Amino acid sequence: MSYDVPREENEVDPEFAGTQNGFPLWEVFVRAQRGLNHVHVGSVHAADAQSATQAARDVYTRRAEGVSLWVVASEHIHASDPDAQGDWFNDSKPYRHPTFYEIPEEIGHM
Amino acid sequence: MTRTEVDPQARFDEIIEAGEKVEPRDWMPEAYRKTMIRQIAQHAHSEVIGQQPEGNWITRAPSLARKAILIAKVQDEAGHGLYLYSAAETLGVSRHELNEMLHSGRQKYSSIFNYPTLSWADIGAIGWLVDGAAITNQVMLTRTSYGPYSRAMIRICKEESFHQRQGYEIMLALVNGTEQQKAIAQDAFERWWWPSLAMFGPPDDQSTHTEQSQAWGIKLETNDELRQKFVDMTVPQADYLGLTVPDPELRYDEDSGHYHFGEIDWDDFWQVVKGNGPCNRERIAHKTKAWDDGAWVREAALAHAAKQANNSKGAEK
Amino acid sequence: MADPHELYTFLLRVGDDNLILAQRLGELVSWMPELEEDIAVANVALDHLGQARNVLTYAARMAGPDASEDTLAMERSEREFLNAVLVEQPNGDFGQTMARQLFVDAYQVPFYEALATSSDDTVAGIAAKAVKEARYHLARSSNWVVVLGDGTDESHQRMQAGIDAMWRYTADLFFTDETEEALQQAGILPSFDNIRGTFDDTVSSVLARGLLALPEDPYQRIGGRTGFHTEHLGHLLPDMQALHRANAGASW
Repeated sequence: MSYDVPREENEVDPEFAGTQNGFPLWEVFVRAQRGLNHVHVGSVHAADAQSATQAARDVYTRRAEGVSLWVVASEHIHASDPDAQGDWFNDSKPYRHPTFYEIPEEIGHM
Repeated sequence: MTRTEVDPQARFDEIIEAGEKVEPRDWMPEAYRKTMIRQIAQHAHSEVIGQQPEGNWITRAPSLARKAILIAKVQDEAGHGLYLYSAAETLGVSRHELNEMLHSGRQKYSSIFNYPTLSWADIGAIGWLVDGAAITNQVMLTRTSYGPYSRAMIRICKEESFHQRQGYEIMLALVNGTEQQKAIAQDAFERWWWPSLAMFGPPDDQSTHTEQSQAWGIKLETNDELRQKFVDMTVPQADYLGLTVPDPELRYDEDSGHYHFGEIDWDDFWQVVKGNGPCNRERIAHKTKAWDDGAWVREAALAHAAKQANNSKGAEK
Repeated sequence: MADPHELYTFLLRVGDDNLILAQRLGELVSWMPELEEDIAVANVALDHLGQARNVLTYAARMAGPDASEDTLAMERSEREFLNAVLVEQPNGDFGQTMARQLFVDAYQVPFYEALATSSDDTVAGIAAKAVKEARYHLARSSNWVVVLGDGTDESHQRMQAGIDAMWRYTADLFFTDETEEALQQAGILPSFDNIRGTFDDTVSSVLARGLLALPEDPYQRIGGRTGFHTEHLGHLLPDMQALHRANAGASW
């Protein structure tokens, strides 16, 4: 594969602690145009919020992809438990969906 | 625990089986995590080191239009490195750690960037051949099983679509130019042809891990399949330019509908992988010098941020 | 109607500032302290290069049927370049690069704002687009100068050294002569009287926030606008022009 360097004999995968020794990580959200939500596009490293905003502009809007952006320190993102997926995100209430209801065809679109 | 207990391995297998994406906080086999980190990091390192051979011609580009295109392209390489480091970081490594791995040589980057750019035609040849080879592979990677990697690749492929075309356009201008321009085009083509074919990696019968990677949905086509696809696509493009493929064995096989090509020099390939290519030492020396020279800037930025944070704490009291 | 040659000379002064600075910034790609900065410096280089191309393309219309942005960039010699000497100064360390950039940005914002009111539509259009880029450049360079001035002892000392080294080339940015005067009298160019004041205000406010000071040495090196350069330009040009010059008339 093109950018994949084949494994050498005796190659051992290194261990990583994930320690952020350099600039902290910021998540970047871009609003593509007025009327749309800011959408997560990736992350940047920067020392502070001001620098992170500038880095996000330089990295993620090189092709006029946005009209506004947010940066959020990655450590401030709180997420749901991925193991709880089934418990939290099940769809057991079909009557919330329009297809649950039968309307006579003569009525037409409703 | 009231939650339904699901065997995590079974859940992971289910996701792969269904062709769904694995996401960062999902349970995943340790070997999958390590393989992904290795692959994404190598890919990121390749983009970052890839700034160097082309950056070598920014100040010398023969026209202002070409200069602008080249700066934009080299900038894209840096951007793509950054997207990929971001994807790798979702797997529990930091960019700082990956940097150290690159600098110490414990993680590698694509050997293709260990060849020198000796004339302007090399900028054309890299765009056409190296980016051409890369895109063959990267289009496949947009469908890879790890969500953040797949998303990074979609963005990268979209942005890279101009890279190969600008390279081919440079070659076109050269082959339609002066005798000297034609000569550098042929010379560059000859130097980049074999390394580009080698980019797809060792032949399938010598490559380990292919099966596991395919099962995990990390790799969807084999090295030889992708290489053949690339040769079939590229030879007619070379013909159009009037360039001679440096392979006496090259011929079109009517029966299979594919080009037959000669044997790649795998000894040379492994030499470059092991660090003995024409530019291995220079590339890492350049990268580590840039990093070391920037240490005081990074320290200053962190110190300033800490002071700011302290000041605003003080103000709140 | 002013002499077209005067407008041509003025355009070279503006175009060359941007071309030579873009060339210097282009040297920095892959050499920055973080990946984000490699990307940022490429953006700034591309902005200046784009401004140079717009201006030189317009200038080429006054330089004969065979002239183009490329002949102007690649076929003039050192004495024919009319950029201010500031932009040809070597990159030095990151502090010096940022000092040079701050001074250019603090000058270009009010300069382009004024130029955008030119009665020449092409000039006004180019300036109106360029001023947006210059404002972003100024935000970025100001931020870095403040960060480095305030950061650590080492960064403070390096940032101050960068300011000290670049300050003596700043007056050259503001040099004007009978060229601008004639164009102003003809109503083509606006007055540039307020640019210097705005520049001084911007610079002193940024330096104050970065706990930095202007050097006391009053010496200023003038001459770029009339082709009297520092020795650095004579090294930059052969690198930029060699390939083009070795293949006279070739297309790329």
